[in-house]
Amino acid sequence: MSETKKLMYVNRKAPYGTIYAWESLEVVLIGAAFEQDVSVAFVDDGVYQLCKDQDTTGLGIKNFSATYKALGDYDVNKLYIEKESLEARGLTLDDLMPLVYEDEDDDWAEKDSIKVVSSQEMAELFEQSDVLFNF
Amino acid sequence: MKLSIQVNEGPYNHEASVSALNYTKAALEAGHEIFRVFFYHDGVNNGTRYTTPPQDDINIANSWSELADKHGLDLVVCVAAAQRRGIVDEGEQERNGKDGNNIAPGFRISGLGQLIEAGIQSERLVVFGD
Repeated sequence: MSETKKLMYVNRKAPYGTIYAWESLEVVLIGAAFEQDVSVAFVDDGVYQLCKDQDTTGLGIKNFSATYKALGDYDVNKLYIEKESLEARGLTLDDLMPLVYEDEDDDWAEKDSIKVVSSQEMAELFEQSDVLFNF
Repeated sequence: MKLSIQVNEGPYNHEASVSALNYTKAALEAGHEIFRVFFYHDGVNNGTRYTTPPQDDINIANSWSELADKHGLDLVVCVAAAQRRGIVDEGEQERNGKDGNNIAPGFRISGLGQLIEAGIQSERLVVFGD
């Protein structure tokens, strides 16, 4: 498999309540080994996946939010979050975990992985992708 | 066209599995190639041979097995999702010290890389589920 495709993982569900978000993150981590052009989208309730200070103690289930911080080390550093989905839920960028990566093309400067995009821009990103993995 | 199918829901709670089954049949009849069918999330529950629905209802797991046998389909169950939900083949039985296995004929348990590969190798990845 020498060809490189543009893969986009689309997260649409809240992190808890169903397992989709966690099992989606597992796909992203495994998929990183395939050396493709990867980006991850967060829309609808999927934006909650990136909220900071997640605490699942009351639920008695695993808090996997720290795993998102490892994405940068896996060269998964294009995280697109839909502006309209954030706004509809009363969230801003300040409510999200700061996720960063080290840019090897810029003397390993630390850069933000999260980019807020409009639904129109998100639609264009979908259009430009070769494969959409929906969760 | 070369297609891959992803099934994200179990066989009876949700119509996704039977829709995927019907879609796969129709695609094969129309002359398309099915590179792989990948079962993820609760979709792994399609891969047990122990389902026994009433006789007047469709046996969805058996239908997948029959379709795989007829067309040589590659039915892959995600190992991590299967381990969580108790879908076991002989290898998993041995590795995890279980007292039996329940994988249905035509299904195999493998890793998530099989889903990524299916996405890369196919012209379309068609996903069934919410």
